[in-house]
Amino acid sequence: MASNVKPRVKVPSTASAGEGVVIKTLISHPMESGQRKDSSGNPIPRSIINRFTCDFNGATVVDVTMEPAISTNPYFEFVTKVDAAGEFKFTWYDDDGSVYEDVKSIKLA
Amino acid sequence: MKLSRRETIALAFAGFAASGLPLPAWASKVDDAIAAFTGGAAVGTDGITLITPEIAENGNTVPVEVSAPGAVSIMLLAAGNPTPGVATFNFGPAAGAQMAATRIRLAGTQDVIALAKMADGSIKQAQATVKVTIGGCGG
Repeated sequence: MASNVKPRVKVPSTASAGEGVVIKTLISHPMESGQRKDSSGNPIPRSIINRFTCDFNGATVVDVTMEPAISTNPYFEFVTKVDAAGEFKFTWYDDDGSVYEDVKSIKLA
Repeated sequence: MKLSRRETIALAFAGFAASGLPLPAWASKVDDAIAAFTGGAAVGTDGITLITPEIAENGNTVPVEVSAPGAVSIMLLAAGNPTPGVATFNFGPAAGAQMAATRIRLAGTQDVIALAKMADGSIKQAQATVKVTIGGCGG
């Protein structure tokens, strides 16, 4: 039910082979924890992104299982090994079944 | 029955211990989560680094960073949250280093625990106390 979900990913455009590349991702999402109550005291139902994956040319870089304790607008930073030019695929899985995707390519310097 | 000063103090502490029940209930949830992740393997403390701020002004976004070279997965737990689970990172073959940074919610001052499962099945644990000025669970 989250609206205006917009993934933002920072990947360097080039890398030298064998180098560890730092990737930063952010996605705008309220990450409603299910712990909060609205003004009339009713609990607000949980609505979070529960899984995030990053693949490079089909090989998994990281697969994150998320709980409600992840902050609003989930941010992740991690390192990947780049041996060849290729494409990073980022996927976020929402509680409501929505899937958000982003793709970034990288070249060898 | 007349109570001596010593007995009165002992009784007061007994009452406090009885009222402190919610704490062990949380602690057991954390223990359950740790047991589910480790599968009963022995836990070491070297080879894992957990970086957290000492004081977090806002419990809604607390930056944490964890690295454990050689780990296949890393689990983060917040021992004082209503549910202790935070996130589990599973590293694949394309990972360049077994590190990750993210931002988490903390309900109050508490310990953050990181557990890393190594490729050989051994478990490493690190923990850090974070002081939280404003809690992050929206009361």
